[in-house]
Amino acid sequence: MNPSVQNTGVQTGPTTQAAPGPALTEGGNRAMASTAPDSLMTPADRQAPTAIAVRDLNFYYGTSHALHDISLAFPARSVTGMIGPSGCGKSTLLRVLNRMYDLYPGQRATGEVIFDNQNILAPGIDVNVLRSRVGMVFQKPTPFPMSIYDNIAFGIRLHERVSRSEMDGRVEDALRRVALWAEVQDRLNSSATALSGGQQQRLCIARTIAVRPEVILLDEPTSALDPVSTARIEELLDELKTEFTIAIVTHNMQQAARCADQVAFFYMGRLVEVDSTPRMFTAPKEKQTQDYITGRFG
Amino acid sequence: MGNEPAHTITRYDQELESLRGIVARMGGLVERQTAQAVAAVVDQNEDAAREPPMLDPEVDTLEREAEQLAIRILALRAPMAVDLRQIVAVLKMSGDLERIGDYASSIARRALKVEPLDGALSFSALRAMGRLVQENLHRAVEAMVENDAERAKEVWNADTAVDELYTTMFRELVTYMMEDPRNIGPCIHLLFVAKNLERIGDHATNIAERVYYAVTGEMLPSERPRGGEAAKKPASQGE
Amino acid sequence: MTSSSSPSLMRADRSAALLLRRRMMDRLATALSWLAMIVVVCMLGSILWSLLSNGVGGLSLHLFTRSMAPPGQDGGLANAIVGSILQTGLAILLGAPAGLLTGIYLAEYGRTSPLAQAVRFVSDMLLSAPSILVGLFIYMVLVATLGHFSGLAGAVALAILAMPIVVRTTEDMLRLVPVAMREAAIALGAPKWRVILFICLRAARGGVMTGILLAVARVAGETAPLLFTSLGNSEWSLDMGRPMASLPVAIYQYAGSAYQDWMQQAWTGALLVTVGVLIINIVVRVGTRGGRT
Repeated sequence: MNPSVQNTGVQTGPTTQAAPGPALTEGGNRAMASTAPDSLMTPADRQAPTAIAVRDLNFYYGTSHALHDISLAFPARSVTGMIGPSGCGKSTLLRVLNRMYDLYPGQRATGEVIFDNQNILAPGIDVNVLRSRVGMVFQKPTPFPMSIYDNIAFGIRLHERVSRSEMDGRVEDALRRVALWAEVQDRLNSSATALSGGQQQRLCIARTIAVRPEVILLDEPTSALDPVSTARIEELLDELKTEFTIAIVTHNMQQAARCADQVAFFYMGRLVEVDSTPRMFTAPKEKQTQDYITGRFG
Repeated sequence: MGNEPAHTITRYDQELESLRGIVARMGGLVERQTAQAVAAVVDQNEDAAREPPMLDPEVDTLEREAEQLAIRILALRAPMAVDLRQIVAVLKMSGDLERIGDYASSIARRALKVEPLDGALSFSALRAMGRLVQENLHRAVEAMVENDAERAKEVWNADTAVDELYTTMFRELVTYMMEDPRNIGPCIHLLFVAKNLERIGDHATNIAERVYYAVTGEMLPSERPRGGEAAKKPASQGE
Repeated sequence: MTSSSSPSLMRADRSAALLLRRRMMDRLATALSWLAMIVVVCMLGSILWSLLSNGVGGLSLHLFTRSMAPPGQDGGLANAIVGSILQTGLAILLGAPAGLLTGIYLAEYGRTSPLAQAVRFVSDMLLSAPSILVGLFIYMVLVATLGHFSGLAGAVALAILAMPIVVRTTEDMLRLVPVAMREAAIALGAPKWRVILFICLRAARGGVMTGILLAVARVAGETAPLLFTSLGNSEWSLDMGRPMASLPVAIYQYAGSAYQDWMQQAWTGALLVTVGVLIINIVVRVGTRGGRT
C-alpha cells in the first residue's frame, strides 16, 4: 500500500459516506490538520447544487485546440448527458474531469475545473485521490484478468485498508447495488472475463462505486451492449443518481433523453447549448442543437 | 418543410411532407365547407347547403390518415424538437379541422330552416361574423401550411372580434325572442348557427396556437389578454 | 464449339473458361502448399527418426546415474544432465528478471524515447547475434579475468542469450494489453506501478511465461557459448565456480570421438536434449491455450 494515497482513509478508520473525502492536495494529512477547507465540509455542503464547475476550459492535444472556452456546471446528484457528433469534444471533457489526459504527454488543459472548492487542474493535486472521488466507466467493459471478487477489491485496496470481513461486505454491497449479486454470488472466485458483456459492464460500475466516489463519469457505457443490458444500465443510473453526481457521454440521443436531467450539446469543441432534458429535446434554443437532434446534420 | 434544412434520412423528410400535405388538404376542404355553409345561410342558397355534409366523409378519412401517419412517424423515427412539435401539432390540428368540418355541416343542415326575420339586421350581423370567421380560418390554415408563427399569433388575437360579434348577436336575438314568442323558432336556429360559427373561430384559434408552438417552441398564454367574457363562458360549456 | 455462336453464349463460354482456370490455380496452389508441408515434415521426421533409432539404444539407468568416463568404462551422462539443468536454471534466474524488467521498461516507460529505441535495437541485435560471440565475450570478461572456466560463466553466457527473448516477448505481450484496461485501473486511482504489476502483467502472464519457456528451450541446446565458458568437465561437480559439464558440450565432445560407446552416448544425449525441449514446447502450448480461455 502506498501510504500517501490512502491518507485520510486510514485516519478516519472505516470511511462512511457522509465523511469528507480525502484531501486532493499532496500532503493532505498535514493540510487537513490545520485549516484546509476539506475538514470544514459538512454533509450539507455536499448537497450543494453544483458538484463540478467547469470554467473557461480550453484543451489541447499537442497543437490542436480540442475544447474552446467551455463553462458548464454539473449539478450534484443528477445526471448530465453530453451529446454531439464524433470528435466534438464531449469525451475529451469527460477525461479532463478525472485528469485522465495526464497519461498522455502533449495533452494539456487551461481554465478551471472546480471540484470540492479546489481547481483540479492546478498543480499539486493528487490525481490518484481525485480519481478515487471521480470514478469512470468506459465504453468497452474492462474486467481485470482476475476473479469477480478481486475486481472489486482491487479498487478498494488502493485507497483503504479494510479487514477481510469488511471487504466481503463491501464487495457484496457493490454487487448488490448494480443488481449483479444474485447472478454471481456463487462464483465470486471465478474469472470476471467469463461474464457476459452486460454483466461485465455492471461489474465495472460496481468496481467504480465500491471505491465510494462522489462523481461517476460514463463514456458511452452501453454502446457495446444489447438493448436489455442497456436498459438495465439505464435503470441503474436512475438509482445511482440519488447518491452520485453522474456525467454520461452518449451517441444515443434517446439514451440521453431517457437518463439525463440536463443535456449539454457539443459541436466542434464548443459547448453549443445546455438545458434541462425536456427543454432540450422539445424546444432547443440553438439552431445547431436542433439540427443535430432532429437528424438534419451535414 | 420549407424553413428547415433537409434530414439526413430522405424518407423522413418525405413522410413529414406527406403528413403536412394531408392537413393542408383538410384545411382546404374545411375552408370550402365553412364558406359554403355561411353562403347557404346568408344567401339561402340550397346548392351551397348540400355541399358541406358531402365533404365530411373525405375530411374524416384524411383525419384518420393523418393520425396513422403521425403515429407511424412517432414510432419509427423517434422525432425530436421541431419535428416532434410539428407532428404533435398535426395530430391535434387534424382534430380541430375535423371539428370545424362538423360545425360547418351542422350550419349547412340548418341553413334552409332559418327564415329571414323581418329586419335584415341579424343576417347582416351573421354575414359579418361569417366573413370574419372565414378570414381567421383561412389565415390559420395559411399559417399552418407556411409555418408562419407571426400570422398564427395575429389569428389568435383576432378571435376576440369574433367573440364580441357573437355576444352582440346573442343579445340581439334574445331581445327578438322576448319581443315576440313567434320569433323563438327561427331565432334559436340563428343562435345555433352563430354559436357554431363562434366554435369554428375557436378551433381556428386552436390551430393558430398549435402552429405557434410547433414553430417557436413557446406556448401562447392560456388566456388571451381580454375580450368576450360573456360569450366565452357559454361557449366553453357548450363543448 | 463453333465460332458463330450468339453473344450471350460467348459470354457463357468465357466465364466457363475463367471458372476452369480459377479451379486449376486453386488446385495448383493447394498442391504446392501440401508439397512444401510434406518436405518439411519429412525432414523433421527423418531427424527425429535418426535420433530415436540411434539414441534409444543407449538409454540405460547408467546414463542417468554415472558420470562421464573414458571410453570403454561404461560411463553415463549424469554430470552433464545435472550441469545442463544447473546452468540453464541459473541462466534463466539471471536472464528472465532482467529481460522482464527491460521489457516492462520498453513497453510501459521508455516507449518511443531515444533510450528505449536504443535498448530495443541492442536487444534485437543480441537476439540474432551468433552465440559463439557471446561465449567469447564472457570468456574475456569472466574466464580470462578470473583465470579459470566455470559453470557460472556458462550460466551468464546463456543468460545473455535468454534475455533478449524475454525482453521481446514481454514487451510484445504488454503492448497487447488493451489501453482501456490500463485506463480503467488508472481511473480507479491506481498508481502506474500497481497498474503494471497487478493488471498488465497479469493480463500478459500467459505470453510472458511462454517467452521465458521459449528462452529455456533455446539456451538448453546451446553449445558454442559454453565451450569458452564452462568448458565441460568429465567429473561429477555441482560447484558453479569450477568447470562444469553440460549435455550439448558432452555431445559435441563424444560425437567427434572415434569410440563406439561415446558416439552412442552422443546420440542418446541429443535425444535427451530434443525430448526436453519438446516437453517444454508442449508445456508452453498447453499453458497458453489454458490462459487464453
